[in-house]
Amino acid sequence: MNLSVRRARGADRLAGSLLVLRRVADVALGEEVLVHGGDGRLRHGQVLELDESFVVVQVYEGTFGLDLEETVVELTGESFRLDVSTGLLGRTLDGRGRPIDGGPAPVGRRSLDVNGSAINPAARLGPSEPIETGITAIDLLATLVRGQKLPIFSGAGLPGDELAARIATGARIAGNDRFATVFAAVGITRREADLFRTAFAGAATLDRVALFLNLADDPAIERLLTPRCALTLGEYLAFELGMHVLVVLTDISAYAEALRELATAREEIPGRRGYPGYLYTDLARLFERAGRVRGRPGSLTLLPIVTMPDDDITHPIPDLTGYITEGQIVLSRELHDRGVFPPIDALPCLSRLMNAGIGAGRTRPEHRPLADQLYALYARGRDLRRLVVVIGEAALSPAERRILTFADRFEAELVGQGEHRRSLEESFELGWSLLADLPAEELTRIPLALLAERRATRRPRAERAGEPRSSSRRPPP
Amino acid sequence: MVSAEREVRGPGPRPRGRAEVVAAAGPVVRASGLARPTVGQVVRVGPSRLLGEIIRLDGERATIQVYEETAGLRVGDPVEASDGPLCAWLGPGLLGATFDGLQRPLGALAERGRWTLGAGLEAPALDPARRWRFTPLREPGENLVPGDVLGAVAEGPFEHRILVPPGAPAGRLRRLTRGEFAAGDPIGEIESERGPGLLHLAHAWPVRTPRPVGDRLPVLDPLVTGQRVLDMLFPVARGGAAIIPGGFGTGKTVVEQTLARWSDADVVVYVGCGERGNEMAELLTEFAGLEDPRSGGPLLARTVLIANTSNMPVAAREASVALGMTIAEYFRDQGYGVALLADSTSRWAEALREISGRLEELPGEEGFPAYLGSRLAAFYERAGRVVPLGRPGRVGSLTVVGAISPPGGDFSEPVTQASLRLAGTLWALDTDLAHARHFPAIGWTGSYSLYVDALAAWYRARVGDDWEACRRDALGLLARERQLLEIVQLVGADALPDEDRIDLAAADLLREAFLQQHAFDPADAWRPPVDQLALLRTVLRARDGLQAGLRAGSTVETLSHSPPLAELRRARSWTGPNVAERLAALGEELVAPVADPPDHPADPPGKAVP
Ligand SMILES: Nc1ncnc2c1ncn2[C@@H]1O[C@H](COP(=O)(O)OP(=O)(O)OP(=O)(O)O)[C@@H](O)[C@H]1O
Ligand SMILES: [Mg+2]
Repeated sequence: MNLSVRRARGADRLAGSLLVLRRVADVALGEEVLVHGGDGRLRHGQVLELDESFVVVQVYEGTFGLDLEETVVELTGESFRLDVSTGLLGRTLDGRGRPIDGGPAPVGRRSLDVNGSAINPAARLGPSEPIETGITAIDLLATLVRGQKLPIFSGAGLPGDELAARIATGARIAGNDRFATVFAAVGITRREADLFRTAFAGAATLDRVALFLNLADDPAIERLLTPRCALTLGEYLAFELGMHVLVVLTDISAYAEALRELATAREEIPGRRGYPGYLYTDLARLFERAGRVRGRPGSLTLLPIVTMPDDDITHPIPDLTGYITEGQIVLSRELHDRGVFPPIDALPCLSRLMNAGIGAGRTRPEHRPLADQLYALYARGRDLRRLVVVIGEAALSPAERRILTFADRFEAELVGQGEHRRSLEESFELGWSLLADLPAEELTRIPLALLAERRATRRPRAERAGEPRSSSRRPPP
Repeated sequence: MVSAEREVRGPGPRPRGRAEVVAAAGPVVRASGLARPTVGQVVRVGPSRLLGEIIRLDGERATIQVYEETAGLRVGDPVEASDGPLCAWLGPGLLGATFDGLQRPLGALAERGRWTLGAGLEAPALDPARRWRFTPLREPGENLVPGDVLGAVAEGPFEHRILVPPGAPAGRLRRLTRGEFAAGDPIGEIESERGPGLLHLAHAWPVRTPRPVGDRLPVLDPLVTGQRVLDMLFPVARGGAAIIPGGFGTGKTVVEQTLARWSDADVVVYVGCGERGNEMAELLTEFAGLEDPRSGGPLLARTVLIANTSNMPVAAREASVALGMTIAEYFRDQGYGVALLADSTSRWAEALREISGRLEELPGEEGFPAYLGSRLAAFYERAGRVVPLGRPGRVGSLTVVGAISPPGGDFSEPVTQASLRLAGTLWALDTDLAHARHFPAIGWTGSYSLYVDALAAWYRARVGDDWEACRRDALGLLARERQLLEIVQLVGADALPDEDRIDLAAADLLREAFLQQHAFDPADAWRPPVDQLALLRTVLRARDGLQAGLRAGSTVETLSHSPPLAELRRARSWTGPNVAERLAALGEELVAPVADPPDHPADPPGKAVP
């Protein structure tokens, strides 16, 4: 309902996604503009810079096809806003929030600035309740907690998106039905878009999901808006309506590339690998929108997906993401090639908020020691595997061989759960069963009392069988 | 929707004679028309009165760094000058509070329901409604100089000393009143050559100007952290500076928070600069519930939190560190031991870089401005052990611990390199250790402490006279392990002579039983230095015991499975008053001659063990 839309005819400079025009009175920094081209096409943009004589506008669709004379810039007087309501759940929208599913135009309840505003850190409520994702490697070893931001570090061709869709459809919060998912896909192919649509349709959760799709052939600059739209809806559902919202952002790499493109167009001094120096801050502005707020019942949990260029975790995009998020889930090409799904590499995985979300009353009292023990043994198993390459398996002691077997089972059984969703109960049982074959002195992370209690109710398998278990890959000695 | 459209060309006429915005891009705004602007002067920009600071003057053009979100700003918007530089308000009410980088009281705002932070937020740093009972220590007629202690306010268990502000003139005290006052109320009057002046509970101090001190003293005691690897191997002195560089997830924040919780500072100023909101929330909630063993009050009551999280405006990050430093100096001047914990200084440096880029300054290495090094130096140089100004004579210290987040975990980057020259202690976090869940992941190869010699006398007197020897032996053993592991990588452990395998076993014990310390395990999270040294001694004795056993004819396998060793591995979680004695007893057991214990046979090669 803006009363002061102004128009200016003619541009002074057109370059990439930037349009420079002579200054118009009363232009505001960050204001949304409409660009009417001489070609009859309507484009969208935002005011980036102002000085006494010029206005610099960033055009989302790019300036291709525009000319200096005929272009008319219309100033809306406001920053980009999204009309939000629960009516967006169950809908498929484009990267700027317009429906593309053929349905009616959604009725907005609130019109919100997509940039949001920073949550007062002193008003935050520390995350403390787990989300059961149904994925054992996550639920046992890197528990996702409401209000957390936990990225999935994937690689080209690795099933990061499948895993995200699996989590989004399988996630449960004990005893809560006010659960919604907002899915923002940035720069994805049509094939990937279909994958998500099917995943959600199949899970019968479609009416709890809003999909924002910015396809690979949509304007690159629009990618900067897509996550902001998704998060704006997420914040509204979480903090205004008290829902537990999971926001999935894929793919942060595509987003960062769009940002780089814009920075280059503005002739900014590039930082590492050409990404702008403010990439950290820009990503933080997105990711920090996750959380919980004191006195408000909802939560916003964020699952960004990052495709690591060249599987390189030190590349600026995963690196900066890791510096902002509260842990990471890392996928392994090796496990994927061996057919393990989901191919989660447990060693570099970490949920930094796990401690706050597990234990008695949340998951199980023994969660921490069990997770530590599984992790420590698997880490040793992986070390030993490397050693075996050098010195051969024969040089290992039987104790070491048991640990190798453990590592194999850990990958094949615990991580490689396949398509099946596992309840927390099942995950815990599986975790304990992997330890059952190991002697007590190997289990230094488990308090003696707890171990005694477990062993009293359950005899180790090896003892019952009288022989150590053999793995499929390794003949028994 | 559009009721009025007008086509315009060019700017309209603008009223003359007032200061206004002429250009804006991100956090940098240019203004003209300010009367006698000064670099460093605070200004209010636009209709929402965004807080900004003049950082450059070109003719009558002022360049302003705006500390708040600038979206919505227009050319021609008014700019209002204040009468001075950015200041911190110092007085009762700081402890337990949470501020943003501009000292807006986030905690108080949250209590009033402000859960998001918009532009132009204005609120007094110190609650004007809260009253404090002031007890004077001076009598009218006494001559006073800057820094003199006027009296005290009991802020919970903490004695908050009220000082004559360092910038004030010396003079004769005319009046000083006992009673209840708000931070801004006058409590007395001083007569100086400049005439009469009022004294208040609180005063303001410019954040970028270090507070003056009487005398700088050499360091002599450590900031006791309760962390074995820090206190025993790489201590930081009270009044010294330490840095913690490390890639993401290596444990910078956990170390900083552990120090905030356990270190024996009187006051902790924690600056969350460009980091996570949840971390600040966690700290706040936890510290409100935890008891400070020294004062008996909640831990939060000795803590000042400054939270300028990564999603808050970038320019304010830069101010947050200076604000924290000024508050820390203020408590130092009262004669306390203060720790300033900054997480992360890299985000602060990046804020410098971003502003510098907007100013189109010539970039130095990795785009950082050429003055990065001197800014960092100015920061770390504010650490120290000092005799504050004024009477009674007292000693205060300010210990600075800065986290650094090097891109890709690579320490060769400019912020780490520039900080290395300035800090006396380096806690180098090691990504491999963190991945192996060896916490705290402080690598022993890269880390160092230049304070060891200065602190040795303190350790000898307070902890044990063998501290230096134990420390040397431990570091020697770890160095030996490093060499041996390189060989193992090539040929396997079996190829090593038994003496070397003993060393490997001993080093492994040192890592597991001593160096690792679980921050979230209540029994292990904090240990007094005496127990720390007892544990270190016992681990080193275990090595002697293993060597003796080998000489007596036992095998490495037998020796490394002895029950006392297993006990030692779990000794970290021992609790109770006599831990040191029990460890000493265990040490005796470890060096006692071992017979092959029948219930712990070595694994015969090639055969499964039941
Ligand atoms: N002393 C410790 N004891 C137990 N766990 C620890 C310890 N130190 C670190 N960790 C583990 O490592 C995780 C990451 O630590 P932390 O948050 O301090 O990393 P960081 O270096 O600050 O990372 P970033 O740069 O991303 O902020 C913690 O969540 C915790 O799981
Ligand atoms: Mg951190």
